[in-house]
Amino acid sequence: MNQPRQQPQKQAVQSAVKVRGVSVVYNNGHKAIDNVSFDLYRGTITALVGVNGSGKSSLFKAMMGFVPRVSGSVHIHQLTVKQALRQNMLAYVPQSEEIDWDFPVLVEDVVMMGRYGHMSFLRRPKDADHQAVNEALQRVDMQSFRHRQIGELSGGQRKRVFLARALAQKSRVILLDEPFTGVDVGTEDQIIALLKRLAEDGCVILVSTHNLGSVPQFCDRCVLLNRTVLAEGETEAVFNSENLQKAFGGVLRRFVLSADTLHTDADPRELTVLSDDESPLVLYGEKGSQLLASQQDNQR
Amino acid sequence: MMQILLEPFTYQYMVNAMLLTALIGAVCGFLSAFLILRGWALIADALSHATVPGVALAYSLGLPFALGAFVSGALAAAAILFIRQRSVLKEDVVIGITFTSFFAAGLFMLSVSPSAVDIQQILMGNVLAIAPQDSFQMVIISIATLAFLLVFWKELRLVFFDHQHAWIAGINPKFFHIAFFACLSATILAALQAVGALLVIAVVVIPGACAYLCSDKFEQIIKLSVAIGASTSFVGCYVSYFIDGVTGAIIVLLQSSCFVIALLFAPKKGLLASAKQRKKAKLSMDIAAEGV
Repeated sequence: MNQPRQQPQKQAVQSAVKVRGVSVVYNNGHKAIDNVSFDLYRGTITALVGVNGSGKSSLFKAMMGFVPRVSGSVHIHQLTVKQALRQNMLAYVPQSEEIDWDFPVLVEDVVMMGRYGHMSFLRRPKDADHQAVNEALQRVDMQSFRHRQIGELSGGQRKRVFLARALAQKSRVILLDEPFTGVDVGTEDQIIALLKRLAEDGCVILVSTHNLGSVPQFCDRCVLLNRTVLAEGETEAVFNSENLQKAFGGVLRRFVLSADTLHTDADPRELTVLSDDESPLVLYGEKGSQLLASQQDNQR
Repeated sequence: MMQILLEPFTYQYMVNAMLLTALIGAVCGFLSAFLILRGWALIADALSHATVPGVALAYSLGLPFALGAFVSGALAAAAILFIRQRSVLKEDVVIGITFTSFFAAGLFMLSVSPSAVDIQQILMGNVLAIAPQDSFQMVIISIATLAFLLVFWKELRLVFFDHQHAWIAGINPKFFHIAFFACLSATILAALQAVGALLVIAVVVIPGACAYLCSDKFEQIIKLSVAIGASTSFVGCYVSYFIDGVTGAIIVLLQSSCFVIALLFAPKKGLLASAKQRKKAKLSMDIAAEGV
C-alpha cells in the first residue's frame, strides 16, 4: 500500500456498474430518489454519502431490483440486474436495524446463506460451500464464534458476520449499507482494511455512510446524494466543504478556525471541522477546499 | 388395568382419530416454528375465526365444509388487506374488527338456522365425528404441506430472516410468503375439525413457542415443535377417550403445560436460567465492587 494507486489508469477502465436516471416511488406516493445517475469502477471503493432519508437505502434496493424503478436503468458489467443476480454478481450487507437478532440462526448458518445462490434447489452444501464459509469466517476473524446465535454477538462482530456472508458469496459487486454504525474503532479499521483488499482484488464496492471522517481514508470515489446526485467523482475532487454543505444542509456541525486565528501572516488558509456526531472531517485550506494532508496520506 | 389403557387401540375409529390428529399436530408444529418468528400469530387467529360463517353456510347448504371455510377465510384476509391499505388504522385494530365481525356473523347464522348443525362441533371440533371424505382431505392437506416444508424449509428460513438477501440469492420472497400462507390456511382448515375454530390458533403457535424457548438452532426448533405438536395431539386424543372431554381442549392443555415447563426450565431462555444469570452477573459486580 506504499505505492500510490494509479489514478489515470482507473479512468480509462470502463465503468463496472452504470446507474442511469433511476427514480423510485413508493406505494404511498413518496418519491424516494429522483433521476439518480452515477458509475462504479472496478477495483474502487465508492462512498455513498447523504443524510438519513436522502434515499441511500432506496437506491441500494433499486440497484438490487428489490423495489421497482419507475424509470431509469441499472447495468452491472453490461448485464441487467436480473441477469447479474442470476450469476451471483451482487452481494449486499444490510443495516443492523433490518435484521432480527433474536432469530434462531447461528453465525455459520448466516454465512452459509451467502452460498444459497450457488446451490441447487435443495440447498445442500457441498465441500466448496463449506470451504467458502470457512475462508470467509477466517477473513473476518470470526471462526471461534461460528456456533453462536447471532444475538449473542457485539455490534462489531455482527457486522463481520454479514461481511463474511458477502465474502462467501464471492460476488464482484458488494453493496454495504451503513457498515460502521454501532461499530467500535477496532472493527471499523478491520472492515476498512478488508474492503481495501477486496478492491485490490478487483471488486466493485459501494458503501453508504454518514461517517464523514473515514471517507477520505478509504474511499477512492464519492457519490453525494440527496434524493438525486449532488456530486460524483474522485474523493479529492468532490469531497469538499461546499458539496458537503449542499448534501447535509443544516444537519452537520461545522467549526471553522479562520485564517487570522491560525496564522499571523497573510496565509488565507483556514481549518474546517465537519461532523455529525461521528468521526469528524477536517479540511484545511482556502474555503475548506482541501482534505487534510494526513488523511490524504492515509488514503494512499 | 393394562387392558383398560389399551382399550382405545382396539377400536379402529379411535386408532384412525389418534393417527389423524397426530399427523395434523405435527404439521401445525412445523408451521408454528416459522409463524412465531414474524409476529403473525394474530393473523392466524383471525383466519381461523373468520372461517366460521363459511362453515355454517356450507353445512346448511350441504356444500363441502372446506369450501365454505376457504371462501370466508379468503374474504376476511382480503378485507383486512383492503382496510389496512386504505385507512389510517393500525393493523391489530383492523384484524380485531374483521375477525370478530366474521365470527359474530358465523355465530348468528348458526343460532338462527334451523339445520341440525351443532355450534359446539364447529367451535370445539370433534375428531370422532369427522366423515371419511373429510379425513381423506385432511391427510392430503397435511402431506402436501409437510412435503412443501421439508423441501423448502431452508428457503423459508432465509425469506423470514432476510428477504433482501433471499432476493439476491434468487429466492423470490413474495412467492414463499404466499406459499406459506396458503399452507397455513389449508392446515388451519384441516385442524379446524379436530380442535375447533376457537382453539386452532393454539396448535399453530404453542409448539413453536416452546421449541424456540428451548433452542437457538433452527433444525432443532423444527424437530422439537413437530414432536410436541404430534405427541400432544396423539395423547390428547387418547386421553379424551377416557374422560369424554373435548379433544381440542385436552390437546391445547397438554401443549400449554409443555409451554409452562419450557418457560420455566428452558436451558438458556427459561425464567430460571435467566434469573440464575442475573444473579451471577450481580455477584461478579459485587465482587468487583468489593475489590475496589
